[in-house]
Amino acid sequence: MCRDCSCGQPAPEPLPQPTRQLPLHTALLQRNDAQAAGLRQRFEAAGVTVVNLLSSPGSGKTALLEALAQRLDPTGLAVIVGDLATDNDARRLQAAGLTAVQITTGQACHLEAPMVAEGLHLLHHQGISLEQLELLVIENVGNLVCPGAYDLGESLRVVLLSTTEGEDKPLKYAPIFHGADLVLITKIDLAEAVGFDRAAAHAAIARVAPHARVLETSARSGAGLDALINALAR
Amino acid sequence: MHELSLMEAVRDQALAAARAEGASRITAISLRIGSLAGVEPEALRFAHTVVMAGTIAAGAELRIEVVIARFFCESCQQGFDSEQGDCLCFRCGSFSSRLLQGRELELTSLELS
Repeated sequence: MCRDCSCGQPAPEPLPQPTRQLPLHTALLQRNDAQAAGLRQRFEAAGVTVVNLLSSPGSGKTALLEALAQRLDPTGLAVIVGDLATDNDARRLQAAGLTAVQITTGQACHLEAPMVAEGLHLLHHQGISLEQLELLVIENVGNLVCPGAYDLGESLRVVLLSTTEGEDKPLKYAPIFHGADLVLITKIDLAEAVGFDRAAAHAAIARVAPHARVLETSARSGAGLDALINALAR
Repeated sequence: MHELSLMEAVRDQALAAARAEGASRITAISLRIGSLAGVEPEALRFAHTVVMAGTIAAGAELRIEVVIARFFCESCQQGFDSEQGDCLCFRCGSFSSRLLQGRELELTSLELS
């Protein structure tokens, strides 16, 4: 029944609300990207090489840093390490003689630029300034998908692929490998034991990251670590 | 699963823009998502329902335009599409590292009332 005057006529259909389009064209990650640009400026001003280290969980990021700690001057190297929970990795790195601060992300599956800023703050509290560092490594949360979307202000993006993961991982997770400047095939000492097909792995990397440099490394045997140090020194 | 935090960014940007326009409702939200952006559109849709609840964007239609990755082949002097991010040119078989599009994560427009 008509609600306006109770005249008994059927109620009219409500008029559709007029809508209007508002074009925006804004980047979803604009806040992160702006903070990352600020970080990049700070890193460049301090003359420090900053590496964003990315891989799936368990492919050897922390072990690689422990091995680098034995070959580099530990006073020039600091690590910001991200995990969902625990400070196990930071404690491992500290035991290896490195300055390391842990960022626990809770439920977040990746690091974002503000978390790196927080890490720098924690380093500052430990008396470490960017100016005294040669190399700052941001060990990202173990995840081959999400961290790839977030710029952290790094100068070098390094993605790990371990021999135990299989040769075709780059094809399955193309976006993160596509963003890599350097790809490390880690745990190369296990290649034979796990039947790792090196040629297939190199071919897979070339298909999704033809611009990336590729090195084979082993934290356990030390293979490839000098080449890695050279690549980081650039 | 960073789609939830991405949709929170969409919500914050959309609500701020709608407020600035004096709109009473957001009836549709349009996004452009590159196939190499590392984002799953279905997960965005799921997150959309969750994060827009209780706001003037609740019930808004989510329109997602997927931008297929496109590379430029130097040898052929032509672009080629590659949904899976394979940089191998299907014409000549050479690798291309020049990405023309495919990493977009963009809020393109809103429909307001």
